[in-house]
Amino acid sequence: MRTRFSKIFTAALLAGTVQFGALGMAFSQETLINVSYDPTRELYREFNAAFIAKWKADTGNDVTIQMSHGGSGAQARTVIDGLAADVVTLALEADINAIAEESGKIPADWRGTLENNNAPYTSTIVFLVRKGNPKGIEDWDDLIRDDVEVITPNPKTSGGARWNFLAAWAWARAEFGNEDQAKEFVGQIYRNVPVLDTGARGSTTTFVQRQIGDVLLAWENEAYLAIEELGPDAFDIVTPSISILAEPPVAIVDGNVDQKGTRELAEAYLDYLYSDEGQALAAKHFYRPFRPETAAAEDIERFGDVELVTIEDFGGWGEAQPFYFGDGGVFDEIYRPGQ
Amino acid sequence: MALSATASGWRFKQPSVIPGFGLTLGFTLTYLTLIVLIPLAGLGVRSAALGWSGIWTIATDPRVVQALRVSFSTSLIAALVNAVFGVIVAWVLVRYRFPGRRILDAIVDLPFALPTAVAGIALTALYAPNGWIGQYLAPYGIRLAYTPTGIVIALIFIGLPFMVRTVQPVMEEISREVEEAAATLGANRFQTISRIILPGLAPAILTGFALAFGRAVGEYGSVIFIAGNIPYVSEIAPLLIVIRLEEYNYAGATTIALIMLIFSFAVLLAINLIQAWSRRRFGYGN
Repeated sequence: MRTRFSKIFTAALLAGTVQFGALGMAFSQETLINVSYDPTRELYREFNAAFIAKWKADTGNDVTIQMSHGGSGAQARTVIDGLAADVVTLALEADINAIAEESGKIPADWRGTLENNNAPYTSTIVFLVRKGNPKGIEDWDDLIRDDVEVITPNPKTSGGARWNFLAAWAWARAEFGNEDQAKEFVGQIYRNVPVLDTGARGSTTTFVQRQIGDVLLAWENEAYLAIEELGPDAFDIVTPSISILAEPPVAIVDGNVDQKGTRELAEAYLDYLYSDEGQALAAKHFYRPFRPETAAAEDIERFGDVELVTIEDFGGWGEAQPFYFGDGGVFDEIYRPGQ
Repeated sequence: MALSATASGWRFKQPSVIPGFGLTLGFTLTYLTLIVLIPLAGLGVRSAALGWSGIWTIATDPRVVQALRVSFSTSLIAALVNAVFGVIVAWVLVRYRFPGRRILDAIVDLPFALPTAVAGIALTALYAPNGWIGQYLAPYGIRLAYTPTGIVIALIFIGLPFMVRTVQPVMEEISREVEEAAATLGANRFQTISRIILPGLAPAILTGFALAFGRAVGEYGSVIFIAGNIPYVSEIAPLLIVIRLEEYNYAGATTIALIMLIFSFAVLLAINLIQAWSRRRFGYGN
């Protein structure tokens, strides 16, 4: 009697251990945390659903994907401070570089581990103007006119705003041929900025809801999203002659996936961004896909023609970040009093 | 341990009906250390990485100086406005009985509970040039949102309950007989208020002022939506701290925070001293 009881007890205990052990393992292997930035909410909602279905079909396993959205720099900081992200899909190379430097969880040479400098989709900076373009804004030189108010967030707190800044700089450099005049020009643009919001969404609110300003410098995908959500009768998109190729990069957080045993899943997840389905979804959500031929033709036709400079023309983010946006950098100089 | 203290009329351990002095004091110290002292010490440690010269460079940086000036001056104005209007609100709530008084009383607490970003967005919607109130002011060239005035408005909003809730209970304590006595002795209304009521309220008003001021100095969420955030004009010190964090410059951020903390502490200490003095001089209940 006694032995039987203890046998049952042992068996139950053993079964329990196996059960929960397996559950625990299943949990750690089949959950993926993607730390991203604000404007990718809609894209990844759809992409994750597609990936979950594909993963189920390929491996028979269920996978749960947790998303975290926020300002790109703030998101990078949460990863540095220990959020166990498997992959990061941020707005700026500089933010992933910061994770690599500060936490060591991403190797310094992460850029190049995936195709196209780890950017499965790209975007650029365009102008969102009020319907009918009442101020007749066509290109960057219109932004320094006295009767034009420009809305852009603060490059210190917003990744998107750094692309805005560099896009304006690229135009001025091409136009005037030297850096001093480019600085003067960009400074004049910022003197036409009445409200310097802390993030891209804040600037969109200022421009769209508060009706402040004549032109919003925006990510192309955000501009299309704003038009889609707020109705095409309120705004127009103006594509300037020169803009910048914004490459929001993605990367695996090696330090975390090795610890959690999720490397295979994380690699499959990022690779799927480069697949035909991933590329089509990126185009659908107004990002310019790395391989446009895989996306729907009508999604591609929406994008305006523009000459795109790249961050390499500024010496890469490692050089551009401290020079333009660091403490005491060019942006701080623009706001020196007395100018 | 408490020997010499007893001699001076002060004892370390006061007998109480509730037992467990050692336990509760231990808990209090542990709790305060974990929640307040260690994080504050962290500020010091992070800043110390810069050394004195580094801290001095940051403290004298014109942009930092200007941001601190904006933060402290707007907080001061907002706390002063609250000191006047908060007392009036408290007065109405304590002295008059009217329909809806309890609802009004509850509404005063709302700024405590509301996420400050929501308050900022709501206030901006009101005072922006195309807002409900702003649109009537814009034609006259009056701009409230996206100027330092906008910051003051946001800070008044978040500071009001501190003022009202501090003054209210003290006001309830002042008995009407004192006022009646003053009246029978020939004092007019103005004399009653300035000689009888205000002195009695002074310590509470100062406490409320200190709380509203302290809250305003550190306020971030509501302000950044209405401030416009233009460097040297409407950039507040907490935003500058966030900017330093965005640059991954933890030491720079904590140093600005430390400077704010020292300033605030000095101001609050001064207010406390005045308060202690006025309590001795006019105090109620002591």
